[in-house]
Amino acid sequence: MSEVAAVQHQVEPAESPLTPESWGKLGMWNFLAGDAMSFGGLIVGYGILRYSSANWPVPSEVLGINLTAIMTFLLIVSSVTMVMGLAGIQAGDMPRFKKFMGLTILGGAIFLGLQAYEWTHLINHTLPEYKLSFSSHLFATTFFVLTGFHGLHVTGGVIYNAVVLANVSRGRWGANHVEIAGLYWHFVDLVWILIFTFVYLL
Amino acid sequence: MTSTTHTHPNYMGIFWVLLVLTVVEVGITFLGLPKLLLGSLLVILAVWKAALVAMYFMHLKFERKTLAVIAIVPFVLCVFLILMLLPDIGPA
Repeated sequence: MSEVAAVQHQVEPAESPLTPESWGKLGMWNFLAGDAMSFGGLIVGYGILRYSSANWPVPSEVLGINLTAIMTFLLIVSSVTMVMGLAGIQAGDMPRFKKFMGLTILGGAIFLGLQAYEWTHLINHTLPEYKLSFSSHLFATTFFVLTGFHGLHVTGGVIYNAVVLANVSRGRWGANHVEIAGLYWHFVDLVWILIFTFVYLL
Repeated sequence: MTSTTHTHPNYMGIFWVLLVLTVVEVGITFLGLPKLLLGSLLVILAVWKAALVAMYFMHLKFERKTLAVIAIVPFVLCVFLILMLLPDIGPA
């Protein structure tokens, strides 16, 4: 444990008494607050458009929630493997860290695959069936903008996590980097929890 | 700051709670509840789940208050945004 703490300190110390946590962590929280405003604006905009529309379809009927419930489960699981990986490296257990970080990346990749399948199915079959194609109804517009913006975040997260795994494995980065990457990954999970509720269930 | 004061929260416990809340969320959509009641329940459950992720997975519960203040700002602004737009909301 002390070795890991030493590495952590060497890589990124708390730079001043004003920021007991590392600047990286503080910076990530600031970024996430800004990012949350982007998502907040999109979700509020979606709500207003939906409430102001006379003929908004019932989302769960059009979209179906079975696949999305599995995707939600998948992201929650990948959040758990992320904290397990963090606990691993904080305990100086590299094999455990690598295993769980790998599983986290895998979970994110499967999520993206499922989302690609869902989008393809919606665009080619479901939406034309309900006459709700991208160009003809705000339902499709808001849906693709919101889930697409989130999907890009997942894509970024998978790449980010892979970079962290590679650099920590080479001994260049320490637990602090893993914790900061974790913050981003959990945020993406958190946003999906909200999107699942507001876009699919409500 | 020292590693000895940092104990891990019960991650698996939080996972099970999140899982149960998700199942409840999906389950109540099939009950045919009144729209307002269902909507309120879903929002409460979603915010509950989001709070659990932030508090335990993102360790917000164990951090300085400053980080919590940073985290809460966007939510306050979102409420403010809705309030400002209220006059324009509703069927045109």
